[in-house]
Amino acid sequence: MTPSNAPERYYNYAYLDEQTKRMIRRSILKALAIPGYQVPFGSREMPVPYGWGTGGIQLTAAIIGPEDVYKCIDQGADDTTNAVSIRRFFAKVADVETTEDTGQATIIQSRHRIPEKPLKANQVMIFQVPQPEPLRGLEPRETETRAMHAYAEYGLQYVSLYESVSAYGRIATGAGYPVMIEERYLMSPSPIPKFDNPKLNDSEAVLLFGAGREKRIYAVPPHTTVRSLDFDDYPFEVQTWEQSCALCGSEDSYLDEVDLDDAGQKMFVCSDSHHCAERREAGHAGPMAGHALDQSKEPAP
Amino acid sequence: MSQTLDLAKIHPGFLDPVRESQAVFRKVMDAVARPGSVADLAFAVDGPPGLDCAAAAVALTLFDFETPVWLDPALAGGEAEGWIRFHAGCPLTPETSRAAFALVARAQDCPPLSAFNQGDAKYPDRSTTVIVQVAGLEGGEPVVLTGPGIKTETVIAPRGLPHGFWEQLETNNAQFQYGVDVMLVAGQLLLALPRSTRAQIRKG
Amino acid sequence: MAYVSVKGGEKAISNAHRWLEEDRRGDRAIPELSTEQIREQMSLAVDRVMAEGSCYDRDLAALAIKQARGDLPEAVFLLRAYRTTLPRFGASLPIETEDMAVRRRVSAAFKDIPGGQVLGPTFDYTHRLLDFTLAANGETPIEPAPQADEPQAYPMPTIASVFRHEDLLEHEEPTEGAGEPFDLTREPMSFPAGRDQRLQALARGDEGFLLSLAYSSQRGWGSTHPLCGEIRLGEVAVEFVPEELGFPIEVGEITVTECTMLSGSSGSATRAPQYTRGYGLTFGHCERKAMSVAIVDRALRRAEIGERADSPVQDEEFVLYHSDNVEASGFVQHLKLPHYVDFQASLQFIRTLRREFFERQAAMKEAAE
Repeated sequence: MTPSNAPERYYNYAYLDEQTKRMIRRSILKALAIPGYQVPFGSREMPVPYGWGTGGIQLTAAIIGPEDVYKCIDQGADDTTNAVSIRRFFAKVADVETTEDTGQATIIQSRHRIPEKPLKANQVMIFQVPQPEPLRGLEPRETETRAMHAYAEYGLQYVSLYESVSAYGRIATGAGYPVMIEERYLMSPSPIPKFDNPKLNDSEAVLLFGAGREKRIYAVPPHTTVRSLDFDDYPFEVQTWEQSCALCGSEDSYLDEVDLDDAGQKMFVCSDSHHCAERREAGHAGPMAGHALDQSKEPAP
Repeated sequence: MSQTLDLAKIHPGFLDPVRESQAVFRKVMDAVARPGSVADLAFAVDGPPGLDCAAAAVALTLFDFETPVWLDPALAGGEAEGWIRFHAGCPLTPETSRAAFALVARAQDCPPLSAFNQGDAKYPDRSTTVIVQVAGLEGGEPVVLTGPGIKTETVIAPRGLPHGFWEQLETNNAQFQYGVDVMLVAGQLLLALPRSTRAQIRKG
Repeated sequence: MAYVSVKGGEKAISNAHRWLEEDRRGDRAIPELSTEQIREQMSLAVDRVMAEGSCYDRDLAALAIKQARGDLPEAVFLLRAYRTTLPRFGASLPIETEDMAVRRRVSAAFKDIPGGQVLGPTFDYTHRLLDFTLAANGETPIEPAPQADEPQAYPMPTIASVFRHEDLLEHEEPTEGAGEPFDLTREPMSFPAGRDQRLQALARGDEGFLLSLAYSSQRGWGSTHPLCGEIRLGEVAVEFVPEELGFPIEVGEITVTECTMLSGSSGSATRAPQYTRGYGLTFGHCERKAMSVAIVDRALRRAEIGERADSPVQDEEFVLYHSDNVEASGFVQHLKLPHYVDFQASLQFIRTLRREFFERQAAMKEAAE
């Protein structure tokens, strides 16, 4: 372990200066005390662009310590380019062990997915959030949406869902599906597929959400009621597939569709790359087990 | 408020501020995420006279020039005040309603929770976090906690709280999204009672 | 294997970055640019990067431009990401542009004003003809500009002082005990925005965005009928009061461009007709930017002055939330990141809608037959 003031370290431990960490830490505590409420915070410029995980990175930097084991995924996969880049960043600036193993990680940073393996009490899940305001698509003004949250006036959201039902016969939102926290604050779960929404409810882990560009932090403590909005006659439902994972045969995980040629041939594979690998190691096999994609993973750094 | 400090009298703060504040924060974060659960901050810091170890650790971890701090009369003007000013560099405020944090060393004389900043409708996060030193986190009358962060219920029994404290906390919770967030500390131990927590004295 | 290419992993990233380095260097037969050359010979690029990067350091800005291969928003981003890690000592005293060592000062409002029109180093009135002698031998003999016969007025009177005796221009008195100004680098934007917050956001804002907004205002989308009261360029001292000393010390000198735009106001029942101002200030020599900021600032004062709001330039949330090119560039370009998980959700939905559409069509066809 390199002491934080060792001369060879050009930046502070975990990149952020201590004052910035304190400011973010205070925001996290307020976010936990008011579940689902968006706390404005003095987001800083990070060495990666806005929109590429700066909120999640700032949250991680504010909480991470050398005893942590860090996992970072994008679209459920550990080997997507941006996840690799962020994982490298923390390995470098925070002296942490990194892992692809969901069960081993103490901090899991994610863009667009929650791992399939149920989270545990010793884990903190950090979501990268592009747009923290669930109502932004319906009302562009922050002054208006902040007032709606202040007085819990969420009629606009229900009208929009109702319009979707009357236009398409169902609620059209497939990702970033809005949720109510403890029946008080309407919250964006970040652009996770609605498939993952049920995992937010009564979670064992602390869930933190960071939006760097929009400068907001919010949180869902463990064992908090998270309800996906719906109507009695149009109940919330998650995505399902007729196919199972081509590599591991999983029938209940979120699947990515991979085109194999220009003629419409395709395969479906788990979006959660570690979940899939773990199942294959345990001897599960799908209809295309042994396919090139199976071997495409590089060894962990 | 800004008399010069007698540096010779100041107790040391964190030995490794980066590491220790991170470790303290993770414990505190977990305590706030799981109201009623007890965090042990024994490793952190030996605070100045009058300030419990856990309160001192929280002060070093969360206070700075951006957070006006209210000190109760037991702490104001004393060695603890000098220590906090020196190590945290925070402004002190005599107004409870302007405080980001309040440190209460003598729980019996704690001002009513409603005297602190309750936040506003659009920015409820601007309310005061009130840190109260109590005689102990066990041995008092049992109180049942429910709410976000608690699976079914958590029973706590802190000792040395002012009369009527739990009624105040109930009022505090009833006015959610407004309200203060409370931390109880005793020696090296800390537990959190954020405004989202419902507390009821156990009957019978 | 449409999406597999994004799962390139560590090696692909490293290789891509090496390739980027090669491209940055270009043909190795050509000597490498030094940051000193950029600082001295690309000085307006340096100024823009310092202004939008919120960091006055010519050498770091030059380095950022070199590293960014001349992509100025990328250079601004590099400088911002460096700036944010610097410890903060406090706020300087307000700079006094009235005491500026002026290099350029022009006013369009009067034929001549006290202190005179000082053209200084300007592209204005140059003929925009490519100067092939610059390309031919790389070094063109420079004819030194002659010294003026008489020393320039000091301090150089401001446009406000010209109007003062007739009270034709609104007063702008410093607020006593106003405390520290809003600081966007430490607090998120909040609305309604004070003028301090607005002017800071505009000073950091993207020159192209602000130029277009100012232009839209001139063309009638929220017009303020601006007139250029004054532009001044020059050097000002920066003073700071260290806590332990208790009196100001000069910590350096910076170049700034300042612009005051004038707009007529017909007044109200309680307010006499008077000229109002829009104000723009930038680091370095950024004249186009300072003028744009002044026009946009004035347009955004519409509530205070009592003007209708029906154009983008008058909408504070629209202007301030979208003027930062580090935020904008990051978010637009984040669309390059994989989105296949959400796209999968959308694909399923579109396929279902299509299936239902064709089922409906088939049913209608059947019914018709």
